[in-house]
Amino acid sequence: MSSQPLLEFQALTFERDDWPLFSDLSGTIKAGEILQITGPNGCGKTTLLQVLATIQPVNRGTLRWLGNNIAQCLQQYLAIIAFIGHKPGLKLSLTPRENLQWLAKLQPLTRCTSAEALARIGLAGFEDVPCYTLSAGQLRRAALAALCMTQATLWFLDEPLTALDVEGIANLEALLLEHVAKGGAVVLSSHQPLVNPLVRTLALDTMAEAGL
Amino acid sequence: MWQWFHKLGSPRWFYQISGRVLPWLALASVVLIVSGAVWGLGFAPEDARQGNSFRIIYIHVPASFLALAGYYVMAVAGAVGMIWKMKLADMVMVAAAPLGAALTFIALFTGAVWGKPTWGTYWIWDARITSMLVLLFLYIGIIALSRSFSTRETSARACAILALVGTVNIPIIYKSVDWWYTLHQPATIKLTGAPSMHPDMFKPLLVMILGFYCFYALVLLLNTRTEILQRESRTTWVKQLAQSK
Amino acid sequence: MMTLSGAFFGVIRRDLSIALRHRGDLLNPLFFFLIVVTLVPLGISPEPARLAAMAPGMIWISALLATLLALDNLFRADFTDGSLVQLMLSPQPLWLLVLAKIIAHWLVTGLPVVLFSPLLGLMLSLPEAGFLPLLLGLILGTAVFSLLGAVGAALTVALHKGSVLLSLLVMPLYVPVLIFGTSAVQRAVDGVSYGGVMAMLAAASAFTLLVAPFAAAGALKVGING
Repeated sequence: MSSQPLLEFQALTFERDDWPLFSDLSGTIKAGEILQITGPNGCGKTTLLQVLATIQPVNRGTLRWLGNNIAQCLQQYLAIIAFIGHKPGLKLSLTPRENLQWLAKLQPLTRCTSAEALARIGLAGFEDVPCYTLSAGQLRRAALAALCMTQATLWFLDEPLTALDVEGIANLEALLLEHVAKGGAVVLSSHQPLVNPLVRTLALDTMAEAGL
Repeated sequence: MWQWFHKLGSPRWFYQISGRVLPWLALASVVLIVSGAVWGLGFAPEDARQGNSFRIIYIHVPASFLALAGYYVMAVAGAVGMIWKMKLADMVMVAAAPLGAALTFIALFTGAVWGKPTWGTYWIWDARITSMLVLLFLYIGIIALSRSFSTRETSARACAILALVGTVNIPIIYKSVDWWYTLHQPATIKLTGAPSMHPDMFKPLLVMILGFYCFYALVLLLNTRTEILQRESRTTWVKQLAQSK
Repeated sequence: MMTLSGAFFGVIRRDLSIALRHRGDLLNPLFFFLIVVTLVPLGISPEPARLAAMAPGMIWISALLATLLALDNLFRADFTDGSLVQLMLSPQPLWLLVLAKIIAHWLVTGLPVVLFSPLLGLMLSLPEAGFLPLLLGLILGTAVFSLLGAVGAALTVALHKGSVLLSLLVMPLYVPVLIFGTSAVQRAVDGVSYGGVMAMLAAASAFTLLVAPFAAAGALKVGING
């Protein structure tokens, strides 16, 4: 694997009205790595993920992708990232298939068809039912099905285990391992520990205290 | 040049410099407004048709001038804050919005008071009054928006975008309202045109306009300084300042 | 798979199919439009001559309010379920996707109002000469309402009290369109040529079309962090 980190963040500071949520946070994410952000509620896990995925602007600090400042190559960066937040991002009146097909028009979801992805994640047979008939766990699975399809190398997952059952968690872990084995990288936030030797953790509460 | 620009962007530096300018600005506005008011209200000749009631222009006209200029001050400050991420510019924008709204209200109010003896009614849908009213609505929109966000930075960005959209629209709104008025203008109501003004009436007006500009700058500075202290209340220099007093 | 036109039409098609699955919601602005116009004779006078004099303005104001009512949901539903973030993380230019959403929104809210307006013209005894400029003007005007409104909707997307605030923000910006739109109808009714006014309205909509999608895209980036 290349020594060049996939993503590098230097001295990131995020403030709400001059109260730092985290400050001077630095780190790298290399290909083949799973980085788990841990910390108590309200310590800024979601915000950090959103900052890394360019959804929220940073106050200070730089983000570099393969050595390039992200502000200069935003479009290319967006083409190699996938983000799944708390909210599943699915339209309840559409079917899982329709939702994924819409997403495939916007983001590089070309590895397999939506039917294959839904089968892989354990939703075979639910392709064409409206999403409002699905349970919370099934909705989460439908959202995660996008990961089976995406070409993105860098995944940002905010609490991906929420509402998943044992089988769903196993499915997701297999998916993550397969992804990093191929040279991808994953940043995720979770309270639950992942049983996986590849996982490196970044404890946000201690970082924030150090920054303060 | 750039160093100066960034220095200006520092709220602390701005607070100190503006503190030195304040007394002079206060003096200038008092002298100009008092002399303009005495001259205009006491010594300028009476208007041939409107009598003494015309004298309200010495407040109405400067307020209307600044109401519009204030919107542009706000929009430019917002744009500077957005493009160069300058906090100070955000603060100026926040400080300018209520001030501009207040001036717009004064312009509308004095217009109404003037309207009673001149046209026999407090409110008519004159082009200038209607444009002023729309301007007041634009200000109210900005103020309402700025109070709705949970963080100041997002609020400033949002207001800057709205102010810029408003700035692009203002000339169109003014033109369209002018045009609308010419369509509907009732024959009985004709404004006494400003160009026919006697120089003896005009000179005190000029003094008043200058005085209002100084006063505007003074209040804007004071508002901005308050905003600076509020936002920087946790920094050491503000804490020292609070202790020394 | 991922092309510019694919993304553009994908967004339009998806928003249209969602709207079709909530057909009830689709009709609401129309009924609102109809009810407001019904209140006019009840509140003023059923006398045809007086109604005819007020018809251009009343129809335009009701159309404005009807589109305003539907505006709040332009981005809000997508924000609430998280799909707005996915849209914004697309490598495709955001202003184009925003424009696609505006077009879809106009097709389901503005266009029905336009098509409905002749009926209301009849109800308010609008003279025959006024119908064509009313239709043409409303096509251009509701497009401007949707385009300009999108900026306001984007700014208030994450705010809870968005709807009233949104009206406050965008209504003053609608003034020129309202003036040009009603005067075009009025001129036609008075038997004067309305081509010039319609040209001004067209110019205003073309200008808004050029500027508003960029402003709305910028506003969205700010607004989602509200």
